[in-house]
Amino acid sequence: MKYLTEFRNGEIAQRMAREIRQVVTRPWRIMEICGGQTHSIIRNGIDQMLPPGIEMIHGPGCPVCVTPLALIDKALAIAAQPGVIFCSFGDMLRVPGTDADLFQIKGLGGDVRVVYSPLDAVELAAKNPGKQVVFFGVGFETTAPANAMSVHLAKRRGLKNFSLLVSHVLVPPAIEAIMSSPENRVQAFLAAGHVCSVMGYWEYPPLADKFEIPIVVTGFEPLDLLDGIRRAIIQLEKGEHHVENAYERIVTYAGNLEAQKLLAEVFEPTDRTWRGIGVIPRSGWRLNDNYREFDAEERFQISGIHTEESPLCKAGDVLRGAIKPAECPAFGKECTPRHPLGATMVSSEGACAAYFNYGRFLSAEELAGGGVAYAQ
Amino acid sequence: MCLAIPGKVEQITNDGDARMGRVNFGGVVKNVCLDYVPDVVVGDYTIVHVGFALSKIDEQSALETLELFRTMGALDEELATEEEAFARAANAPQSPCPDGSCELTGRNLRTDPAKTESNQ
Repeated sequence: MKYLTEFRNGEIAQRMAREIRQVVTRPWRIMEICGGQTHSIIRNGIDQMLPPGIEMIHGPGCPVCVTPLALIDKALAIAAQPGVIFCSFGDMLRVPGTDADLFQIKGLGGDVRVVYSPLDAVELAAKNPGKQVVFFGVGFETTAPANAMSVHLAKRRGLKNFSLLVSHVLVPPAIEAIMSSPENRVQAFLAAGHVCSVMGYWEYPPLADKFEIPIVVTGFEPLDLLDGIRRAIIQLEKGEHHVENAYERIVTYAGNLEAQKLLAEVFEPTDRTWRGIGVIPRSGWRLNDNYREFDAEERFQISGIHTEESPLCKAGDVLRGAIKPAECPAFGKECTPRHPLGATMVSSEGACAAYFNYGRFLSAEELAGGGVAYAQ
Repeated sequence: MCLAIPGKVEQITNDGDARMGRVNFGGVVKNVCLDYVPDVVVGDYTIVHVGFALSKIDEQSALETLELFRTMGALDEELATEEEAFARAANAPQSPCPDGSCELTGRNLRTDPAKTESNQ
């Protein structure tokens, strides 16, 4: 890819990489939170430009991956109902529930639509008064203002046939959970740039203080990521821990106040289950009492859904620490990151995916001795 | 999923409910809600996520970012029409990680366990 060569050979990229090599005196582990950043790091080979010992740990910032299977099953059950127009972004179409995905539900006669914006779903509700229009709102803080505006407008327009199946997750509580885990290996964070374009970064200084970690607000482009990593390493080497903004062309400390105002009007914090991680307190938003009538979970009393992670999957045992991932009979055979059977293989940060990706297959000696270190 | 794409505001209308704009993303024009960026005027560049402008951005940064996202294939995905999205889904495998980041991080993937064992 021409761009990649230009980027790697580029004077600025080389200068940043050189500066990183010059300041590094010991290994460091840095987590990028956002799945988009993970994408960019791997695709542009940024991790390969870093000196040995600098490890990028990939965070739980893929909103679809952390959406519980039960909620996906609920979405499929609603989408299959007659009289429902079920709207989603295109990237949800092939996400598997227990028995099917949205694309298959459409094939079976469900009215599934792909929209560009949640406002398109509100428009559909206005044009189809005889139908119930549901929008599947999954995402981090970046997507929340769009979903908030959709219910706000639906309420103002008196649309009784619009609702939101909402599962918002939030970055700061995830950082808190990761840092509080006894297995934590993360020493610094790259905060997700576009999340911060909405929320600003006023939520992060208390986390940097509490856990004594550098947090650098970072963009998605290769140079942004190199710069974010460089700044995090400089702080780590100096023994400092504060919040820095390496994405000033987009992000301000306060964030988008108009968006935050509407978010506060529409949503309230709630505990959320993160697939593969478990419940994180106050780590999501749900519609508050003023907007509860637009909550699809309230409107469609879906019961009797059979949600089942694969019977071959031992994710529960892995999560409890009862077994190591490679001790599961399905590990690396029926279950791989491309065909995951359970939550811990879904997220790249899940224990099974980490073991798989780092090639940690148990040898006979390890099985006998029971000693496998976490992937290095 | 969380990518915001820069575009140029070409027209602003107020439909009574929301301040909307026609925003041009390197040739693809979409209707975008401008309520969260009240200071944006026609000719400005703004970054847009799922039909909502979130922040102003200077022209040079916008054009550079747009070109980069185009090279990375991100524009096709984010700005796809409904028909394009369904056509893509018809050819895509099921995946709990549609943005592909999980798969990308598995660069050391050893999909054939037998082969892996013989390598060890």
